Amino acid sequence: MLNRLATLGQSSLNTLQKIGQSGLFLGGLIIRKPDFLKLWADLRHQLYFCGVLSCLIIIVSGLFIGMVVGLQGYHTLEKFGATTQLGQLLALSITRELGPVISALLFAGRAGSALTAEIGLMKATEQLVSMDMMGVDPIARVIYPRFLAGVIALPLLALIFSAVAIYGGYFIGVDWLGVDSGSFWSNMQVSVDFRADVVSGIIKSIVFAIVVVWIAVYEGFYCTPTAEGISQATTKTVVHASLAVLGLDFILTAMMIGSW
Amino acid sequence: MAKQRWVDISVGLFVLSGILALSVMAMKVSGVSRWSSNKSYHVTAEFADIGSLKVRSPVTIAGVKIGEVTRIELQSADLNAKVTMLLRQDKPIPFQDTSARILTQGLLGSNYISIVPGFDDDSKSAHAYLRDGDVIARTQEAMILENLIGQLLFNIKK
Repeated sequence: MLNRLATLGQSSLNTLQKIGQSGLFLGGLIIRKPDFLKLWADLRHQLYFCGVLSCLIIIVSGLFIGMVVGLQGYHTLEKFGATTQLGQLLALSITRELGPVISALLFAGRAGSALTAEIGLMKATEQLVSMDMMGVDPIARVIYPRFLAGVIALPLLALIFSAVAIYGGYFIGVDWLGVDSGSFWSNMQVSVDFRADVVSGIIKSIVFAIVVVWIAVYEGFYCTPTAEGISQATTKTVVHASLAVLGLDFILTAMMIGSW
Repeated sequence: MAKQRWVDISVGLFVLSGILALSVMAMKVSGVSRWSSNKSYHVTAEFADIGSLKVRSPVTIAGVKIGEVTRIELQSADLNAKVTMLLRQDKPIPFQDTSARILTQGLLGSNYISIVPGFDDDSKSAHAYLRDGDVIARTQEAMILENLIGQLLFNIKK
């Protein structure tokens, strides 16, 4: 009985310690003063890796999600004779929800897992320790550029996703199903507010970016430096980041709609 | 070296396409820059009841959108609603006899303002057309469906 109690206590202490450690880790990354001259070479390489190489999956999935929302929305709106409102349905659902959330999920799978695996392997092959030995701060040299690049790249990817998805829906709704092009755009423009819809979508994607990259670099930096440890850390990154994105999305939406 | 250059160019393209997507979202999707301030002007009108008129509701002439509502406030003296709207400069509207009505799109649709232009018989006078800061004097309040039904029932009972 006491043994079980001790196990419970130990595991909760471990969890708390991990949460505190990751919080301190994020705090340290955020308050760090960036030295852009030194950082620039690493940053652009990481932007290429996180941003440019994720572009293809973002554009293709954005196109198909826009097309599917257009198709489904058309067939639902048709029952009410309101197919001219397709632009409104498409733009609101994509700028508010689908754009930030799905690009964050794809980013966690595409770039987050790779970040964890890369940093974990650096730790396993003792590159991080040897950097420390040479007087180079591994957080400044390895972690910080990756963190910054991810935080810059994901909001841009989410914007590209939304724009591509709206044109995908336009293609299906207007070119294929015959919704009038003028009412498609004008209903969209009347109902979409730049600050309330587009900007809140961007704020969401910035929050998602910080959370996803934070989980990815944290899991990589503190993983068990073995082959198994790296694989577990990579899995944890994808699972935790996806759950965090979906949970935070609900909280952020509640905050934005309830306007607290 | 060539590899590094390719990385730079593609990162530049990536950032550029992100900015391009932002401008698409701003202009094409939310229509932010349609009514820019240098080509438009503000006029106000006072209504006894605005129904469910909102900021950004359209302002039309003959059914064609020429502007939008930018501000709605309750006036403390008369307790009526003062509606400020932003209209496009390129279509001058006669000042005399112009009236503003609040109508509803369809039976259950949202409210919008319809401006009925007056006659421009003396277009040589100094104040022939609406200009910035003008007040549209003749207005007609929104028709509220519940009030109409109430009146109808009242008349039937008589």
